[in-house]
Amino acid sequence: MSVEIVDRPPRALLPCPARPVDKRCNSLEEAVAGIADGSTILISGFGECGTPNALITALIEQGAKELTIITNNAGSGEEGVAALLRAGRVRRVICSYPRSRDSVWFERRYAEGTIELELVPQGTLTERIRAAGAGIPAFYTPTGVGTLLGDEKESRIIDGRTYVLEYALGADVALLRAEKADARGNLTYHAAARNFAPTMAAAAVLSIVEVAQIIGVEGSLDPEEVVTPGIYVDRIVQAVDEAAFA
Amino acid sequence: MTLQDEKRIRLYGDVRPWTAQEMASNIASDLPNGIYVNLGIGRPTRVAAELDPAKGILFHSENGILGLGPPPEDGFFDPDLIDAGKNLATVVPGGSFFSHAEAFAMIRGGHIDVSIMGAFQVSQDGDLANWAVPEQKLPAVGGAMDLAVGARLIVAMMTHTTSAGEPKLVQECSYPVTASAVVSRVYTDLIVANVVDHGFEVIDAAPGVDAQLVDRVTDAKITWCIN
Repeated sequence: MSVEIVDRPPRALLPCPARPVDKRCNSLEEAVAGIADGSTILISGFGECGTPNALITALIEQGAKELTIITNNAGSGEEGVAALLRAGRVRRVICSYPRSRDSVWFERRYAEGTIELELVPQGTLTERIRAAGAGIPAFYTPTGVGTLLGDEKESRIIDGRTYVLEYALGADVALLRAEKADARGNLTYHAAARNFAPTMAAAAVLSIVEVAQIIGVEGSLDPEEVVTPGIYVDRIVQAVDEAAFA
Repeated sequence: MTLQDEKRIRLYGDVRPWTAQEMASNIASDLPNGIYVNLGIGRPTRVAAELDPAKGILFHSENGILGLGPPPEDGFFDPDLIDAGKNLATVVPGGSFFSHAEAFAMIRGGHIDVSIMGAFQVSQDGDLANWAVPEQKLPAVGGAMDLAVGARLIVAMMTHTTSAGEPKLVQECSYPVTASAVVSRVYTDLIVANVVDHGFEVIDAAPGVDAQLVDRVTDAKITWCIN
């Protein structure tokens, strides 16, 4: 073989973007900066438990619109997801249970025809999100076979039982709530507020987390205690949970 | 200097190839800050010792650790804390433990920035062969195939030839491949090269190594890109 000789600059770093070691943001505004119109956004929470209300409020102020949101419920009352719907920023909701005691804004927007709804069985919703974060593009599940939510789907019989094919569900952004974080973005949660957050953190290009408490840059969480490793987290910001003081 | 290093010196005449430590140092200096890196078993583990800690890089170990630290000092070992090569290990501040399935979800999900792997052969299209040799009676694969397709950037750290002097940078792998078209850059004891356009673009070379020597010990398209 012959060798071709070409002039080139000296050795460069590996072609891979650096990552911040300190992921703390100074404000909620900074934490939601850059979220574009038309984004798909995962939002943690089960009912009003573990919902990142401070980040959602900041997102409403930031102004992104035409959003697709993926979340278990579609908000209740006037705060959080309901506020986002009320502000008219959402064009599509992918969720399992949009109807709750006080889901006024979802019902109103849906009746108006200004938002689309994709209804997904809860276990399938969470597994589709998990699959996206874990690099699995699709999987078979028995949930939904022979129902209104499964009839249109590709199916396969495995060991005599019918399964439907479900596709991974990732997003541009995840807005999450956790209890404690260190500067590197490792997270812990409180009680049942954990719910969707660890799974969603892995399934978004940009994962943004509001936390009740941030440990200073000189300290870090106990490696045994970490629930969500910081590798999944891009930005963290401190936010007091107003509901806890209501 | 290891016995292997001495063998190579004989192969390459007057030219002194990079030692394993120098190869590790070449890689360490090319890693950007703050990233998450998996080091393959064997030679790639040496990269850790050459790295500037101020870069804030965290090492991933596929048995369930982020923030893998150096081997423990005498008397401070924990038998439950080992790396993927089954050697006693430590964990650094900012690290975490998780399940094996989570460790592989991290890999396959594209969360690991760089995987540095040993290689039997790398082809000019970036095919990686590092899990089996043709005559092997008992095959073993471990996490190599997951890492090779999952990490965002694959780097091969390898000697330039076999101990018999056969080229390891080749037009097409004759060994069974671990994954196709995945290697972005190779660090050998003679050169550093990017895999570009069905060939290797040489961007650095050990002192005294020239294009003629590299051509003689390589069975692939080589473009010399050093001023």
